[in-house]
Amino acid sequence: MLAFLLRRVIQAAAVLAVVGLIAFAMFRFAGDPVNQIVGPDTTVAERAQIRTDLGLDDPVLVQFVRYAGNVVRGQFGISYQFRQPVSQLLAERMPATLELAFCATVFALVVGILMGVYCALFRESWLAGLFQAVSLIGISLPTFLIGILLIYLFSVTLGWLPSYGRGDTVRLGWWTTGFLTASGLKALILPSVTLGLFQMTLIMRLVRAEMLEVLRTDYIRFARARGLTTRAVHLRHALKNTLVPVITIAGLQLGSVIAFSIITETVFQWPGMGLLFVQAVQNVDIPIMSAYLLLVALIFVTINLVVDILYTVVDPRLRLPAGRAA
Amino acid sequence: MSGRDIDAGDAPPVPLPEAKPSRLARWRDSDLLANFLRSKTAVAALVATVLMVGLAFASPWIAPQNPYDPAQLDLINSNLPPIWQADGQAPYYLGTDDQGRDVLSAVLYGLRLSLIVGVLGVVTSGILGIALGLIAGYAGGFLDTLIMRVADVQLTFPAILIALVVDGVAKASFGSALDVGPLIGLIVVSIGLSFWVQYARTVRSSVMVEKGKDYVQAARLIGLSPPVIMIRHVLPNVTGPVFVIATINLALAIITEATLSFLGTGLPETMPSLGTLIRTGNRFLFSGEWWIVAFPGLALAGLVIAINLLGDWLRDALNPKLQ
Amino acid sequence: MSDTVLSVRDLTVAFDTRRGPLTAIDRVSFDIGRGEILGVVGESGAGKSVTGSAVIGLIDRPGRIAGGEVRLRGERIDNLSPEAMRRVRGRRIGMIFQDPLTSLDPLFRVGDQIVETLRTHTDLSAKAARTRAIDLLAEVGIPAPERRIDGYPHEFSGGMRQRVVIALALAAEPELIIADEPTTALDVSVQAQIITLLKRLCREHGTAVMLVTHDMGVIAEAADRVAVMYAGRVAEIGPVASVIARPHHPYAVGLMGAIPTLSQEADRLSQIPGSMPRLTAIPKGCAFNPRCPKVFARCRVERPEPIPVDASRVACHLYDAAERAA
Repeated sequence: MLAFLLRRVIQAAAVLAVVGLIAFAMFRFAGDPVNQIVGPDTTVAERAQIRTDLGLDDPVLVQFVRYAGNVVRGQFGISYQFRQPVSQLLAERMPATLELAFCATVFALVVGILMGVYCALFRESWLAGLFQAVSLIGISLPTFLIGILLIYLFSVTLGWLPSYGRGDTVRLGWWTTGFLTASGLKALILPSVTLGLFQMTLIMRLVRAEMLEVLRTDYIRFARARGLTTRAVHLRHALKNTLVPVITIAGLQLGSVIAFSIITETVFQWPGMGLLFVQAVQNVDIPIMSAYLLLVALIFVTINLVVDILYTVVDPRLRLPAGRAA
Repeated sequence: MSGRDIDAGDAPPVPLPEAKPSRLARWRDSDLLANFLRSKTAVAALVATVLMVGLAFASPWIAPQNPYDPAQLDLINSNLPPIWQADGQAPYYLGTDDQGRDVLSAVLYGLRLSLIVGVLGVVTSGILGIALGLIAGYAGGFLDTLIMRVADVQLTFPAILIALVVDGVAKASFGSALDVGPLIGLIVVSIGLSFWVQYARTVRSSVMVEKGKDYVQAARLIGLSPPVIMIRHVLPNVTGPVFVIATINLALAIITEATLSFLGTGLPETMPSLGTLIRTGNRFLFSGEWWIVAFPGLALAGLVIAINLLGDWLRDALNPKLQ
Repeated sequence: MSDTVLSVRDLTVAFDTRRGPLTAIDRVSFDIGRGEILGVVGESGAGKSVTGSAVIGLIDRPGRIAGGEVRLRGERIDNLSPEAMRRVRGRRIGMIFQDPLTSLDPLFRVGDQIVETLRTHTDLSAKAARTRAIDLLAEVGIPAPERRIDGYPHEFSGGMRQRVVIALALAAEPELIIADEPTTALDVSVQAQIITLLKRLCREHGTAVMLVTHDMGVIAEAADRVAVMYAGRVAEIGPVASVIARPHHPYAVGLMGAIPTLSQEADRLSQIPGSMPRLTAIPKGCAFNPRCPKVFARCRVERPEPIPVDASRVACHLYDAAERAA
């Protein structure tokens, strides 16, 4: 098992290296870094000087190594728009995005699993049909449309929940949290549901399909043949077997939730990394774009690794080194 | 225990096989058609899709106004509500936006644009994915590993992120003010680059299966070049799964373009797709002009739901595991 | 007759399909006595497994019991409520499936699965159940049971797993065991062990066994009586030695004749021409009539009822006293 994990870590490092290469390429070659920094009055000589100062004349490999070195130390360059270090901007925005992603995932998991199990166990009921319809909508509608719909319903018409911003947040050291205030919590609801809806439908469909498969297996049949109670058969055996593959997929979804926050943050004007990224794309702020890319890659890769470890913990079949049987 | 040899003469008479029914009759009686007609949702979805596609492409003739033509827009007519409300006027049946643009026309033209970009995006990602999949599967070795590693890396990112990055980089390299033609091309390329991986993987595994078969060996012995073998022999075997992926991807491509436009990095307001219209309308949500965002939103939702339903049904019907 | 554990009379199982109901088994009748092993043999699709599933009440939609009676020690069990039937399963009737690899829940320890069966049907405490589980494992021949009890299914070999399955089926001391192809998925050498084990346990506990298989060798080894099934009906039923040595029904004759022996000198294996009819196309009258070498007019019209011949009962018009006289 150690060999397996080691392999995964190496793979993760490779992915990061590739993304780093792409991010560097973007950083260095997309547009002209010098042009973004200077005004129209700067003379040619001054520009040349700036180029040398920034190290833009050095061999590409040297620049890449320097870039990699900076990245590892958390320096992603200076934003063209804000004239501030990108790392600082990202650090300010990160708590907002992470809290949102966390709430969205919790929502997606809890509701998705419940609905999925219900649909598998009570296939013919009208409620299952309703859930299926909702899942179709959740998968079909673009996230931004769902956000707008929710805003229209709960903000404009009913006026219960806010339509933008985080509400009041509390600063805990480097982190700012919205969990500790009523307005912060209220502000979290609509964006979390919007962000989590797509994942929720995926999880619901997955759980339903998995559970239906599991209910057809021999060991479930054997459990019934042994006279175990329906509750034991469904909730002990079937559910546990269903959730094992679901964990992997759900874990991987967490990564994409962080990336999808781009859209939700735009709709709700949520001050997170995603909104920062969209603004960067609109204003061609390359340093932010490449930094975001790297950060997202890092988060994904870490989550994948954690999910792999979790999988071996949950499924005893994976704990043995291959080839050993009694 | 006797060991009787069975002589054909001992066997009871075997009935003659019936004449094979014609292909049309077979299709008519087949499970596929019966399945389809019995599924009310599938029929409804097909009707809805055909209707929307038809309306979209008939837009130049049936739309009251050409929303791309600034000459036809008049600010006097701006912000009119739909016809059934107090201030509504014909021919602006669904109202107008802040530029005086007729919402109904804008929706029709936008539908057309969304469809075109979506289909082009699917085709692009399909071609790219199939080509790379064929190469990876057939060539094997280094090329295969390279392509698959790139695919793996790309899969870690959601499509919208990739589309945004491609968009941003292109703007950085070519300047932000692009003509609509190249802009559409850029969006199509972004979508194409975001979705090729699924095709490539499927095609690659099919190719690797076919590669070992005798007919491919025979073709190589005759001296046919690899591209010919791949295209003429391997490709037809792959169309099934590719088609299934394409149906899923069409809805995704349409949504991706809509999202790009909504975020301001897609089609502009002078030539809006449904996403751009929603972006515009969003600004007026709180001031009460709900129609500017509602109708494009409904059109987009309806289109995607219909396509998804059709695709779902098609996938279930063609799935050998469920036969 | 007070020794009869299972009594099946005119049992009929139908499956509701788009094209109308299909009869999987059609008026099947047999008895099994205390401590007796009844083999149920036939080709794939003859209805043997369906019969077993019907007896234990595990026929799922779209199948249903469409007629007849199943009595366990005189009490009817085919018309019980689902909850009442659940209590019968495991406690009074046990079942063993074909593939031990898929019969056990891979995520639960073997001991836990035995203990849960015990605690579902008896009042044993957790500790007492665990002790009993160890005893059961020892009884089925698992070495070092106090260690193996905490093992996961994938840590056991095929033969060991099937022993665990048998232990599970016997845990609550049922009066009847239905063994559905218990040796088919095992190596030949292991098959013999399992058969011996099954025989011994049933003698010791006085359990009745319905042994379903397509393997005549297993029947010859293990069964006291055998029922030969064809197209959902019982063609012949009688003591194993008689049916094998002196089969009466033409199908049984063909079946026994098709088994090659070492003393034969034929060049070709003999076979019965044609194949068993599909459920959708069962012939009128006797189901075997298209392939029967001794067919005559009545066979194509009237379905034969079982007729006593020597120690067996044969469903064939050839043995009708009136026909014989003719």
